[in-house]
Amino acid sequence: MSRFLARRLLFLIFTLFLTTVIVFLLTRVLPGDVARVLLGRDASPAAVEAKREELGLNDPLVVQYVNWAVDFVRGDWGQTFASPRQDIRAIVTERLVNSGRLAFLTLLIALPLAITLGVIAGLTEGKLSDSVISVLSLSVVSLPEFVTGLFLINTVALRWRDNPIADALGWFPASSAVRPDLSFREALPALWLPAIAATLVLMAYIVRLVRAGVIEELKKDYVRTAVLKGLPYRTVIVKHVLRNALIPTVTVIATSSGWLISGMVVIESVFSYPGLGRLLINTAINNRDLPLIQAIVAVTVVIILLANFTADLLYALLNPRIRLE
Amino acid sequence: MTHSALSRVRPARFSRGAGSIGRFLIALLRSPQSAAGTVIVLFFLALALFGAQIAPYRANDQSNPPRHPPTAAPLERLRRVWDDPGRLFETETYRPGPYPFGTDTLGRDVFSRVILGTSSIFRVAGFGTLIAVVIGTFLGLFAGYQGGLVDEIITRVFDALLAMPALLLALVILGIIRNVETEPGSFQAALADNAVLLVIALVYVPIVARVVRSSTLEVKTRAFVQAAQIRGESWGYILFREIFPSVIPALVVEASLRFSYAIFLVASLGFLGVAARPPSPDWGLMVNENRGGYYQLAPWALEYPAAAIALLVIGVNLMSDGIRRAVQRSE
Repeated sequence: MSRFLARRLLFLIFTLFLTTVIVFLLTRVLPGDVARVLLGRDASPAAVEAKREELGLNDPLVVQYVNWAVDFVRGDWGQTFASPRQDIRAIVTERLVNSGRLAFLTLLIALPLAITLGVIAGLTEGKLSDSVISVLSLSVVSLPEFVTGLFLINTVALRWRDNPIADALGWFPASSAVRPDLSFREALPALWLPAIAATLVLMAYIVRLVRAGVIEELKKDYVRTAVLKGLPYRTVIVKHVLRNALIPTVTVIATSSGWLISGMVVIESVFSYPGLGRLLINTAINNRDLPLIQAIVAVTVVIILLANFTADLLYALLNPRIRLE
Repeated sequence: MTHSALSRVRPARFSRGAGSIGRFLIALLRSPQSAAGTVIVLFFLALALFGAQIAPYRANDQSNPPRHPPTAAPLERLRRVWDDPGRLFETETYRPGPYPFGTDTLGRDVFSRVILGTSSIFRVAGFGTLIAVVIGTFLGLFAGYQGGLVDEIITRVFDALLAMPALLLALVILGIIRNVETEPGSFQAALADNAVLLVIALVYVPIVARVVRSSTLEVKTRAFVQAAQIRGESWGYILFREIFPSVIPALVVEASLRFSYAIFLVASLGFLGVAARPPSPDWGLMVNENRGGYYQLAPWALEYPAAAIALLVIGVNLMSDGIRRAVQRSE
């Protein structure tokens, strides 16, 4: 167990190192002078040079990377390039909490729904209900996030605006551009629509995995044995098939974290929700704010890696047959 | 064993020809879902190839009345026929009118722009996937066959790269190089013009390589590969003539899956504003330009490109799912 843990942790650190190096190189090597972008086209060469010196852009690349990495691990994520210069860690943490709320609500809706549909589809393989669920999850639900998101805004938010129930609850506003520092309860009305859009994105993936898991388990010998020894079909399904088929779906939450995060980048942009993805697009990339881009990418990769790491552990704990070697 | 005897060790099921392609096509078109998907993709492919001849206006022709409602709105037509069934037999009912999908706030014909946008999404997603498949196949075959330290390094680096979601990586790269000024005609300018295509290729190389590598690992211990090694065949011969044919089924499945994700990715990047620049008739960009305040004024300028994206994504998904099943069946 400890060997397994050590190896996974090593891989985690290596991956983090490699991805941050890649993003670091991208921000430094790709054409375009940051100092000039910051100062504008009319700045004098001397001013540009002074700015480059101030930002540390004249140091060798290795020095720049090590400086950044050491500070990052220490918790000093630097300040944004764009003025007014803000503390990066403060904004990123605030936005991360917001994205976390959206992800939490999404998983709360998506997981039970997707697992139920996946189990139904798997148990009725080849029948009408399976075809309907499969085609729906393959087509309508696998649309780009911004298409589903805009569709939800244009139908639910705009056309149902006069609906007294939605109006009384304050749910489904067309824009989720809430203040970033709201509490969860205050932000909740604005969260429903983006969460539903993200649910549709995530669901297709989980439904397909659960369906495949159930179909695979049903073919196993122990199912035939259980049926032949006279157990009721219901007991066979609930006590044997589902128990085994759903173990892999525990890891689904984790393995789909990358999928969920990239979906949320788009969804936050569609709904103007102040999460990490919107910070990346609207602030970091638009201003070409290199330290901010680096911090956001590093935080995202850490989350994905930790999620995968937890998934490996959970999987091993739930399934004693798997040897952690 | 003589040389000729060794060369006959290859099992028959790895031979490929017109027959197996025919069987594959029949398997693909047998299921109504994948047949529908294939028809949709071929329809858009035809638009991509011949769109310039079909489109009634140029992409940025602003001589039309702005915010003209669609003249061929299907629901509107149905309602008119419903009100007066006699209209079912009038040719007027079936005429598309001057602006079938309406015009946007700048007076550009949405129908023409949707048609003209087809070629760019096919070009970027198609060639991006193609480059990824070629490079990924090469790296995967190489890493899988070579094994050892080289394999370890390539695999670890690719695993690490895959930790970052494709959209995020593409977004960061495109965002960083977006506003870079290049000299017209220079190599840098050529790279910048094809940035999205190259980024698609870049983010999918590790995925293709991983799939090809795992198939290669399976095949390389088979008798026909060992026979070729004993015969003293060259390294390139073994990789491409002996191993590669067995990798093709997995590769076809992966390539079609990558293409469907690439379409998705190109549309999303266009929507996020880092792919095409205005005024190009990019579908994702058109959706982005016409949301917000413009949506109330000319909803059709957003709805038709969005519908085109939806239809193409569904079609490509159904087709690639069909390809997967057809390949599995013919295995």
